[in-house]
Amino acid sequence: MALLTCQDLSLGYDGHEIVHGLNFEINSGDYLCIVGENGSGKSTLMKTILGLQTPTSGKILTGDGLKPNEIGYLPQQTVVQKDFPASVWEIVLSGCGNRTGLRPFYSKTEKQIAKDNIEKMGLTPLIKRCYRELSGGQQQRVLLARALCATQKMLLLDEPVSGLDPKVTTEMYELIEQLNNNDGITVIMISHDIESAVKYADRILHIGSEIFFGTKDEYVKSTSARAFLKGGEENG
Amino acid sequence: MAELFEKLSLYLQYPFVRYALIVGVLIALCSSLLGVTLVLKRFSFIGDGLSHVAFGAMAIAAVVGLTNEMPLVLAITVVSAVLLLRTGQNAKIKGDAAVAMISVGALAIGYLLMNLFSKSSNLSGDVCSTLFGSTSILTLTRTEVWICAVLSVVVVAVFILFYNKIFSVTFDESFARATGTRAGLYNLLIAVVIAVIIVLAMNLVGSLLISALVIFPALSAMRVFKNFKAVTICSAVFSVACALFGILISILAGTPVGSTIVAVDIVGFFIFLVIGSVKGGING
Repeated sequence: MALLTCQDLSLGYDGHEIVHGLNFEINSGDYLCIVGENGSGKSTLMKTILGLQTPTSGKILTGDGLKPNEIGYLPQQTVVQKDFPASVWEIVLSGCGNRTGLRPFYSKTEKQIAKDNIEKMGLTPLIKRCYRELSGGQQQRVLLARALCATQKMLLLDEPVSGLDPKVTTEMYELIEQLNNNDGITVIMISHDIESAVKYADRILHIGSEIFFGTKDEYVKSTSARAFLKGGEENG
Repeated sequence: MAELFEKLSLYLQYPFVRYALIVGVLIALCSSLLGVTLVLKRFSFIGDGLSHVAFGAMAIAAVVGLTNEMPLVLAITVVSAVLLLRTGQNAKIKGDAAVAMISVGALAIGYLLMNLFSKSSNLSGDVCSTLFGSTSILTLTRTEVWICAVLSVVVVAVFILFYNKIFSVTFDESFARATGTRAGLYNLLIAVVIAVIIVLAMNLVGSLLISALVIFPALSAMRVFKNFKAVTICSAVFSVACALFGILISILAGTPVGSTIVAVDIVGFFIFLVIGSVKGGING
């Protein structure tokens, strides 16, 4: 069975339907990029997968032992976080929140998981630093480490490179690729950066007036990609 | 100086002075704990809004002629708090506007009711003491002190037990909800606790100045410390120290209790502001 299956999914809010008839499957180890114009429903789809919003119709099924709360999420930064007084350690540890249940405090195992993920993201020297004083790339790595504390199976990344400079962007993409290749973590990413999407992902979901789901080779040849890729080239 | 201490120890022999100190310190502690969360969630003014609701509720209780107004005031304030924090996410009227609306609305209705139906001969005195804190902090009974102590212990216990959840929900509600934390429940908890604190604090500083107890400790601590735990502990200590000094000064100098505490808070804030910029200058 697939890790995540969307059946006849329709999405929307306040009675407006933005996307309908969405069907796709994600298997363990996939790297899926969700692309599409602004307002096409990418973020709504992600919120629905995370269970923050209910679909207007259709179903999302999880399989292969993936529990709905075991999806690591890397949200876009909020205004609140810009001046939040929290250390790297506190933020990463809060990713273990789905393991504690009703237990009020974190156990030794959970603290070790947080430590390991901080190490993995190369943040150990910054562990006591304040989040708001870090650079954009470092902040993203902190949030990635937190997401890794919540999951060993699937990461959902909402435009993880927005606002980062080109060098840090490449580093971020390579980091995500490593997690996908070496740790076998399934990656679902929303991206505006269509060229990198085609470069790193192995599957593409394009939502908009036409819906496309398939491998990246199929996507590059498809009609929905043509206009989009061209636009990407002009902008880049 | 010795004279001052003599005067103080004389005052401290009176039970009502000791009660005032105990209650003042407890309320200051409780209000500072959630202050950090409220300030960070952009709800600094919820204290103000809710205390005006409590003022309105007190007016209703007075008009109806209830002898024990506490339960009614508490109930109305808790309901308003829940509604305000709920609407924070996807309401037609956004957070700050909703707080402002309820705040001035309740104030106006409360005053109107008191004006129309009050039998008291000293109406403006009554209103003034509810708004700026009455001398009732000095007329507390033993039972009131006990109620306050028990509620404070409950608030502190709830805060410590749910400290990690409160942190997650404050820092990133979407992530917390996505990973299975029942954020709605914790927002509700925060709302109820803040309402309880406000009803308690009305005796101390009155409904106009409650916001000061909530925001000054948090803002001061955030100038100096850079992680959540240190900020929380620092704001609790700051708040208790300011309340203690404020009450002692007001007893010795005969100034109004509430405004004196807030004045001490303001002085404390500027001290922390200076410390923060000096420290930041060294680090940076």
